[in-house]
Amino acid sequence: MNPKILIITGYGLNCEAESHHAWTLAGAAPELVHLNDLIERPARLHDYAGLMFIGGFSYGDHMGSGLAFGARVRHHMQSDLARFIADGKLILGVCNGFQIMTKLGLLPGLNGDYFTQKIVLMHNDCGAFQNFWVTLRFEGNSPCVFTRNLDLMPLPIRHGEGKVFTLDRPLLDRIEQLGCVPCRYADPATGLATDQFPLNPNGSLNAIAGLCDPTGRVFGLMPHPEAYLFPENHPQWDLQKLRGTLPAQGAGLKLFQNAVAFLKSS
Amino acid sequence: MAYRIEIALKRGVHDGRGAGVAARARNFFHLPVTGCATRDVFKVDVALTPRQLREVQKIFTDPVIARSAIGRLAAPAFDWLVETSFKPGVTDNLGRTAQEVVTDTIGRPLAAHEGVYTGVHYLLKGTLTREQVQRLGRDLLANELIQSIRVFSAEEWAAAPVDAEPPVIRDPAAVEVRTYDLSGSDADLMRISREGILSLSIEELYAIRDYFNRPAVLAARTGLGLPAQPTDVELECIAQTWSEHCKHKIFAANVHYVDETGKEQTIDSLFKSCIRAATEKIRKDINWLVSVFTDNAGIIRFDDRYNISFKCETHNSPSALDPYGGAITGIVGVNRDPMGTGMGCELVCNTWGYCFGSPFYAGDLPAGLMHPRRIRDGVHQGVIDGGNQSGIPWTRGFERFDERYLGKPLVYCGTIGKIPRLLQERPSERKEILPGDAIVMCGGRIGKDGIHGATFSSEELRHESPAQAVQIGDPITQRKMYEFLMEARDLGLFRALTDNGAGGLSSSLGEMSSMSGGAEIDLAKAPLKYEGLQPWEILLSEAQERMSLAVQPENVAAFLALARRRDVEADVIGTFTDTGAFVVKHGDRVVGRLEMEFLHEGCPKMHIEARWQPPQVAAPAPLRAGSRNRALLGLLGALNVCSKEFKSRQYDGEVKGLSVVKPFVGVQSDMPSDATVMRVDYASHAGIILAEGINPFFSDLDTYAMMASVIDEAVRRVVSVGGKLGQIAGLDNFCWPDPVLSEKTPDGPYKMAQLVRANQALYDICTAYLVPPISGKDSMKNDSVRGGRKISIPPTVLFSTIAKMDDVRKAVTMSFKQAGDAIYVIGLTQDELGASEFHRWLADEQGAPANYGGTVPGLDVLRALATYRVMNSVIEAGLLRSSHTPTLGGLAVAFALAALGGDLGADIQLDAAPHTGDLRDDARLFAESNSRFVVTCAPEQAAALEEKFRGLSCARVGTVTAARTLSIRTAARQLVEADLDTLRKAFKKTLQGI
Repeated sequence: MNPKILIITGYGLNCEAESHHAWTLAGAAPELVHLNDLIERPARLHDYAGLMFIGGFSYGDHMGSGLAFGARVRHHMQSDLARFIADGKLILGVCNGFQIMTKLGLLPGLNGDYFTQKIVLMHNDCGAFQNFWVTLRFEGNSPCVFTRNLDLMPLPIRHGEGKVFTLDRPLLDRIEQLGCVPCRYADPATGLATDQFPLNPNGSLNAIAGLCDPTGRVFGLMPHPEAYLFPENHPQWDLQKLRGTLPAQGAGLKLFQNAVAFLKSS
Repeated sequence: MAYRIEIALKRGVHDGRGAGVAARARNFFHLPVTGCATRDVFKVDVALTPRQLREVQKIFTDPVIARSAIGRLAAPAFDWLVETSFKPGVTDNLGRTAQEVVTDTIGRPLAAHEGVYTGVHYLLKGTLTREQVQRLGRDLLANELIQSIRVFSAEEWAAAPVDAEPPVIRDPAAVEVRTYDLSGSDADLMRISREGILSLSIEELYAIRDYFNRPAVLAARTGLGLPAQPTDVELECIAQTWSEHCKHKIFAANVHYVDETGKEQTIDSLFKSCIRAATEKIRKDINWLVSVFTDNAGIIRFDDRYNISFKCETHNSPSALDPYGGAITGIVGVNRDPMGTGMGCELVCNTWGYCFGSPFYAGDLPAGLMHPRRIRDGVHQGVIDGGNQSGIPWTRGFERFDERYLGKPLVYCGTIGKIPRLLQERPSERKEILPGDAIVMCGGRIGKDGIHGATFSSEELRHESPAQAVQIGDPITQRKMYEFLMEARDLGLFRALTDNGAGGLSSSLGEMSSMSGGAEIDLAKAPLKYEGLQPWEILLSEAQERMSLAVQPENVAAFLALARRRDVEADVIGTFTDTGAFVVKHGDRVVGRLEMEFLHEGCPKMHIEARWQPPQVAAPAPLRAGSRNRALLGLLGALNVCSKEFKSRQYDGEVKGLSVVKPFVGVQSDMPSDATVMRVDYASHAGIILAEGINPFFSDLDTYAMMASVIDEAVRRVVSVGGKLGQIAGLDNFCWPDPVLSEKTPDGPYKMAQLVRANQALYDICTAYLVPPISGKDSMKNDSVRGGRKISIPPTVLFSTIAKMDDVRKAVTMSFKQAGDAIYVIGLTQDELGASEFHRWLADEQGAPANYGGTVPGLDVLRALATYRVMNSVIEAGLLRSSHTPTLGGLAVAFALAALGGDLGADIQLDAAPHTGDLRDDARLFAESNSRFVVTCAPEQAAALEEKFRGLSCARVGTVTAARTLSIRTAARQLVEADLDTLRKAFKKTLQGI
């Protein structure tokens, strides 16, 4: 049976259509549920094997991206979310969803503490929202189940607040030691992490593009894998077609396929 | 009790907002600002326990990077403090979100009088005078029209009391309905019109007076307890319904046109006789028009599942007053057009385009006008925020620059929607309303926002233009409403809907009630943002994010219940009737009654004189023969040609993941595409192509040629990426200076003749190309008389095109692809440099910038059609590796951009390009002749390509090279030899970072 994935909608989140399509293509059974319908009966969360916080502009990013949505989720669903994680299920957050997860404290989720904010995704160093494609480098030392067996991947970024930041250096070191950095912004020429704009679009510490918890089942990232499902999404698909290197499907799908493979095997 | 919470970043955290202010203060205002720290101020006017207050403070404060205090937060040393906040009643989106966070935190809804209000502190360091700081406040940090600015020295701040007073009006005015006496002299009548910002002409005022004097009208009014003279509700309702903005009186007028030979012609409505006539003629030859000119947006067939709708609007006057608010309202406002078309369309993508004065303008600015750089920054940010926060990708964008846009910028915003062809087994474009259906308003609440927007935009900008005319859009409230409406639509919970835009309820209900034959509403039932609105203000308010619906009586309860679950405001405010009258009540009292027939048909027709005389515009002196490297670099860097990528990257173009040919293409994703291509859903390889044409400069020579050229540009861009003739639809947006003869406008007949000629061209070219106009808009008063100086825009038409593409994977892009590929020029180059980018550059160089005359490009539609048909077939056959259509800057700029796109060189023998007569080098390089393409193909396909174009103008001009150099020469001389890095730098540096 295809694993059921809950996609929360409402309040300015807006990537529901492509996220739904991504999970469907990957062999899951996604459902869109408005946040208000969910908090009316938070226990329905447990009907699902995975949960996705999608991208968008919840509450317009006013007061800091993810803050207001995170506060509403925490207020109504904290204990159900804790149980959901303890049950070994998956949570994915993309862009605004990642921001919501860091505001909630779901990431980095060290020491089993999933509800204290430790990290912030702050304004890009360049000072503005940016939309262009970057290259992600996936780290082999990460327990992240979404990023298994991946190396480099082009994906679009579309955010104004994507800089992973903390003043707590030991915390950052601990996150690195635990392999909680599954992906970084990289220079496609070398495959190495970079702090150079625009290869690193926001000035993120250690070029961090995404974080997972120590179990690897809770994962968030700023770039949008759900926006690279068609091969023609790639900005140079015209050249790839000419050179015979156009893939059959957009590379972003692989993260969703990894998640579904994990769910089907567990 | 109100509380003040101040929030600042922790030490060691970069304050990007402050750094940006300091940099702009130094760079643009040349003030010695050495540092700027910022903080957010919240005034929480909510009854809270001390524990709740601490909880609210905690939630407002990011624990990783921020610190806060209730009351004052200790500040680092500063010299001046500027506090900005919204004036009472102005939309405060941050405040609204904060309110919702408070609601969630304390677990109860806020009372009507409770609220959260926001402000910002700028703590400036540097040796500055108070006047300098005040200027920064006014010209950089805030807009006094909508915001309060307070300046404190460090000592003053230390001595000032802690201010937690919320910006609200505590003492609302009592409800009052005034009547107008229309029995006076003409001067009295015109004073009523002027003082009320009604924009009614004397003929219109006579018609209104006569209507109220009709015995039957008088009797009906007496029966309802209304006075004999019109109430403010009635007169305001008529004024806005009859405004130029809503009624398009100039396009509907009788025109007496005299051409340069003295030949006279009487035209009964340019709209009917040119625009609609074109569509009606074309309709016989195509089968995909679904609904045109009747709904909020035009609808065309996409495939057997979906229809597509498209609408483009302008939001010029509000953007001149408050660029950010005007522009964000422009984009979220036009989103509501497809949303309110048919049974409600899903939103697919946005387009934008702006005409501004130069951001580098250094001349005198008439008092009251903002610097064009500030207008540009605000407009971009408004549309960026509006589009991004709504989750709708942008697909097309352009900018044009000319000094004549200093007085009024043009802000075009467009939206494409899609809708299943059938909903509940009915054609989804069909709207009907039955008497007895409930009138429901949903979305946001009503405030004084935008009152008189419709009548005000029908006037020139004056110094006393009303602050109220500015609205600020709220994309999140609208997004919530949009999702709710789509859900309600799919459940079949309503019968019809339309948006509340210009004119507010008065306009939307005026339109809808003609479907049932009347309406009765109670303004006291409409939800208000705050107390103190007069009935006429409720009726006319242009407060945003609102739609009006007709809901079947049996569905009202379910509709309202779903709205509550989705946190969307929805209220029944009246009933549709078939009484033939629009009756307005406030509580039990009837405050207005207007007969539908008079309201919609009673406006007297205008008669306008138009007299055409070709203008005399001198041409620049020809340039001596020689290298054109400098000219090419100059053109690539010219404001109208150069890269607009810096601002464009701040717009989200990829949400929904459907883009195929993006706005920027090429190996470095930095060259503008001819047209964009996207899928419209995940289940099909079919998609849409979008493009546009705009060229206000040609208008200076002849608006007929201008219109023909912009339609050709919009069509050939579509053809260039793979769009097919017979599948292309058009949208026209006319922006004109006032063309009606008056004391203020002595040259009205010439401007009207320009309008006539543009419309004649529209009919001729659209019918020849089979490109039906499906929707459009006009904005006819784009003049500014501020500071005693009249500035009128050049006649400007944006012609947008949309076409279905059966298989988006066949799309062709503009960049050269591979060394060794053969380069062809298709189409004739002629001696057509009039008003070209080159002539304008040259005229500037020669110190006579107005002398850019010459022959304006013509259009041979039969030859163009033959060319486009073959282009269709060679793209279908997969013969082309790249295709690019030259526009501004002609072939030379086109070669350069295609080479830069591929990061490949090119070796061009220019005299091989098809041309007429004996052309000078500059015409060969830079003429902006229509209907041309620069294409490449694999060398082994060259013969096949030439065969396809046999009998048409098509010639091989060169080869793509691996050497990163563009070489253009003729037999006589080398014209251009430049390496790609130099060309790229010239193209990108002008607006980089600006």
